[in-house]
Amino acid sequence: MRILAQVGRVTNDFFEYAGGVTLLTTESLGFLVRLRVRLTETLSQCALLGVQSLVIVLLTSLFTGMVISLESAQQAVAYGFSSFVGGAVAYAAVRELGPMLTAVVVAGRVGAAIAAEIGSMVVTEQVEALRSMGVEPARFLVVPRLLALLLMLPLLTIFADVVSILGGMWIAREYAHIPYHEFIQSVRQAIDFSDVVKGLLKTFVFATIIAMVGAYQGLSTRGGAAGVGQSTTFSVVLSIILIWISNFVLSLLLFGGR
Amino acid sequence: MNSNGRSLIARVDGVTLAFGDRIVLKNCSLDVVEGAITCIIGLSGAGKSTILRLLDGLLLPSEGHIYVLGSDLCHLSEEQVNVMRQKIGLSFQFAALLDSLSVGDNVALPLREHTKLSRAEIRQTVFDALDSVGLAHAYDDLPGELSGGMLKRAGFARAIVTRPALVLYDEPTTGLDPIVSKLITETILKLRSKLKGTAVVISHDLPSIFTMADYIAMLFEGAIIAYDTADRIRNSPNPIVQQFLQGSEAGPIQI
Repeated sequence: MRILAQVGRVTNDFFEYAGGVTLLTTESLGFLVRLRVRLTETLSQCALLGVQSLVIVLLTSLFTGMVISLESAQQAVAYGFSSFVGGAVAYAAVRELGPMLTAVVVAGRVGAAIAAEIGSMVVTEQVEALRSMGVEPARFLVVPRLLALLLMLPLLTIFADVVSILGGMWIAREYAHIPYHEFIQSVRQAIDFSDVVKGLLKTFVFATIIAMVGAYQGLSTRGGAAGVGQSTTFSVVLSIILIWISNFVLSLLLFGGR
Repeated sequence: MNSNGRSLIARVDGVTLAFGDRIVLKNCSLDVVEGAITCIIGLSGAGKSTILRLLDGLLLPSEGHIYVLGSDLCHLSEEQVNVMRQKIGLSFQFAALLDSLSVGDNVALPLREHTKLSRAEIRQTVFDALDSVGLAHAYDDLPGELSGGMLKRAGFARAIVTRPALVLYDEPTTGLDPIVSKLITETILKLRSKLKGTAVVISHDLPSIFTMADYIAMLFEGAIIAYDTADRIRNSPNPIVQQFLQGSEAGPIQI
């Protein structure tokens, strides 16, 4: 009986959480569609959540591109497939690693910040104060962060894609003596514009996941500083798990196994 | 109108509210007379702040009704409650100013959200509100730069900036020294005169309560057990009220 009760509780908690995130997302998207947006705050969040994430995103993607190139270039040259190295790096970067790694890095940095900031506001009654003034917390706090991520994550991903390929190109030349023009030729053959667009489409889903999980977790915070810490950690963990899962589903839908 | 023929601005009517298994209010009723200051007293954790949140529509009762300005908050949509909240000012115990905004921006927030006033008009209105609580000089300060008493007064300014019909004060003098506490009490009285409005005050500070209250209600075990003018409450024969006012350990209130 105890096990059944436990299963019941977990199931209940799961649907309560999923329902809560869905309702908050619907409410926030509703404000977005009706253009009830705080522009100045959105721009400020773009700088805070997007621009300030640029360095870490660039570093992550640069070294990822370099390591893919390092692992593949020497083997490829040894077996006479050097003309495929650029394609391998670009293919992985544009379709999978660029969007996903950028999202994971941003989830760690920005998702945590969103949950911590909103969570602190909850425990210090600032969110309740907003409600008492007739101001919807979703519009005031969530929409600017959601919109900022929807704008900035695709941009960060474009930078990540480019830097990843450039890093791979440099390593391919330094360690496998693959000339730049051959690498670029390989990139052109391996990917086309639709791959880039599909990769970027994923980022809108990832941005929504990061913003909404962080915001919902922040708004659900209870219990002072310890509660804020728990919300922050859980928000990052859940966002990353959801990014992995949704990346698989999106790859299946967008690329169809091609 | 209540039974004494006084006009009411708000009424808590037979409200029951529980948080989980803990019943906080049980068939609780309270009249808020228009134009008067009503103070709610009671033990810590008795549910006084809960009544304020009910009057502002931040909480909904499981039973009973909350009437404010002629509307039953229990039967309004969230949008309608938000409109109603523009006529109610709530001052929080710890001010609850948004710490990322300056004091001026905090006070300006309700005006920016709900009015079409120009920037200059908003600035002037905010300046007037801050001036009325003696904080005109703190317009550009961040909340973190203010003392406890200044924070409370900044919270008052935000609560009254839209000139609400009903202002709710949650423990306005708690944690302050006697001099600042007196200043806060005088500020509440001054704001009442200026706004010609109604106030509900939650407090444990008896000197402050007897200075400002027109009516006092005592909350005990989830219900209002005494409600009368300040003078009559002071001389109430109710042993629970007397034990509370005297701060005595002996009596019907068991801690």
